[in-house]
Amino acid sequence: MSTRERTWWIVAGIGIILYALFPIAWIVSLSFKSASDISNGQFLPTVFTWENYSLILTGDASELFLPALLNSFGICLIATALSCLLAMFAAYAIARLDFPGKKIILSTALAVAIFPVISIVTPLFNLWRQIGLYDTWPGLIIPYLSLTLPISIWTMSAFFREIPWEMEQAAQVDGATTWQAFRKVIVPLAAPGVFTTAIIAFFLAWNDFVYGISLTSTSAARPVPAALGLFSGASQFEDPTGGIAAAAVVVTIPVIILVLFFQRRIVAGLTNGAVKG
Amino acid sequence: MTTTAPPSTGSATAAPAPARHTSDRVRAERRLGWMLAGPAFAVMLLVTAYPIFQAIYDSLFSYRLTDPGNRSFVGLGNYWVVLTDALWWQSFGVTAFITVVTVAVELVLGFALALVMLKALKGLRPILRAAILLPYAIITVVSAFAWQFAFDLTSGFVNSWFAWLPGISAETDWFGQTGTSLLVICLAEIWKTTPFISLLLLAGLAQVPDVLQEAAQVDGATWWQRMRKVTIPNMKAAIMVALLFRTLDAFRVFDSVFIMTAGANGTETVSFLAYRQTIARLEIGLGSAVSVLLFLSVVLIAFGFIKGFKVDLAQARGEK
Repeated sequence: MSTRERTWWIVAGIGIILYALFPIAWIVSLSFKSASDISNGQFLPTVFTWENYSLILTGDASELFLPALLNSFGICLIATALSCLLAMFAAYAIARLDFPGKKIILSTALAVAIFPVISIVTPLFNLWRQIGLYDTWPGLIIPYLSLTLPISIWTMSAFFREIPWEMEQAAQVDGATTWQAFRKVIVPLAAPGVFTTAIIAFFLAWNDFVYGISLTSTSAARPVPAALGLFSGASQFEDPTGGIAAAAVVVTIPVIILVLFFQRRIVAGLTNGAVKG
Repeated sequence: MTTTAPPSTGSATAAPAPARHTSDRVRAERRLGWMLAGPAFAVMLLVTAYPIFQAIYDSLFSYRLTDPGNRSFVGLGNYWVVLTDALWWQSFGVTAFITVVTVAVELVLGFALALVMLKALKGLRPILRAAILLPYAIITVVSAFAWQFAFDLTSGFVNSWFAWLPGISAETDWFGQTGTSLLVICLAEIWKTTPFISLLLLAGLAQVPDVLQEAAQVDGATWWQRMRKVTIPNMKAAIMVALLFRTLDAFRVFDSVFIMTAGANGTETVSFLAYRQTIARLEIGLGSAVSVLLFLSVVLIAFGFIKGFKVDLAQARGEK
């Protein structure tokens, strides 16, 4: 590769990084602006301040933000765990066993994935109110499965197909019991796929907004995106911009950590699931 | 050590089994298959099929949650009300506009990003991959806020940065009219979801055989010719899958609209209309009709893609 070409690719690469990071940098910058700086028309704050963070973490807005953060973590983790468990059995069967209906299961997962969330929310809103699931954790965990389960089944069965299953029998021939062979050979091979699927499913649940605003009414179950969307300032006379920016940064931190640590696996999971299935 | 026995659970019987025994085993395998996959299948049906049937049923009634006593059967009346209302057609138009614009731009931009990532220096690649994953993983609400605050009259920097452009001044109110509001909504959507298309296309690019590329190069084909005659035809399946997923996703656009304009200035999308009827106005009957129509639109788009563009999902998944 010539020097000129090399320079070109480096410039293009920097372009991509700027494209991806610019809006994130802007919301971070905004979160450090003081009330007087919010309307300064500049990208950067003139004075660096933590006041927005103290507003949402210890101040007036913490009653709105902290329970929502707890709800988001709890609901998303439980929904992820449940869908991974269900998808793990299903993907094992799809990758390993021969039974009629495999195609139906994969097509159903695809159909559920393209389902408009708002079409599910309308009847659930009514039903949840009648049976007492409205504004509760299970009331969100159940519909979240419609987001997390399809992609979990697709990505996990893609991963499971690549496991050399004969190794388990080889171990048995060498004298291991069925359970030992499964635990010592298959589990370590399957674990990365399960883990990657869990991260992708968690992203999807963490991103939800429609269920969050429609199926909750108080801080009992309202997740962060919904709380942010309905946040109108600690008092009627206050502009919530700085507080929203700080809250946005806080909910983005877990995502950034996951992406930085597991980017290679996440890319493999996303593209395997969608392109290879 | 190798074994030729077909993969199965339980004991490893290597010897060819008698016919009766095999059919027993086949049956046991089928049963185990459904026992393992059944629960996931049942949950998927429960969380989607059940609500959509309930929505179809509810859409046949005149039903307000604030006035449940007066629930009455009106047949297809709600659909008539919705389909003869200009509001439905306007929100349908807005949704179609956002879908077409964002998907078209994302396809071109995503392809460019994928090409750069493919050719980028080895050392740069992990950094690019991490960077491009961030917009995908950022929650849509946060992305919508970032773009809204950037263009906002009081908190934004866009007006002061781009004041040199004709038509932009310190007083330009981007969210004051339909066109500019939709522009910012589209920008936010494009930023957020281009990475997804880009990653799918990158996977598609990686599947194009190098041999073909080299052969074309030896024959003296230019970069553009190789792109048109070798690269794009070979990754047609990946392009179609990316297009299908993104189109269906774009048609359901809701979060950005809710955050940025709350449907003001004629920016209401179909999803937002359904939300407003049901959750805000408690018109369960009418809202359900809108939900069902949205569902039908999505099904029609998917069907149109699979039939019209001959998207073969099996082929896209690498099964020839």
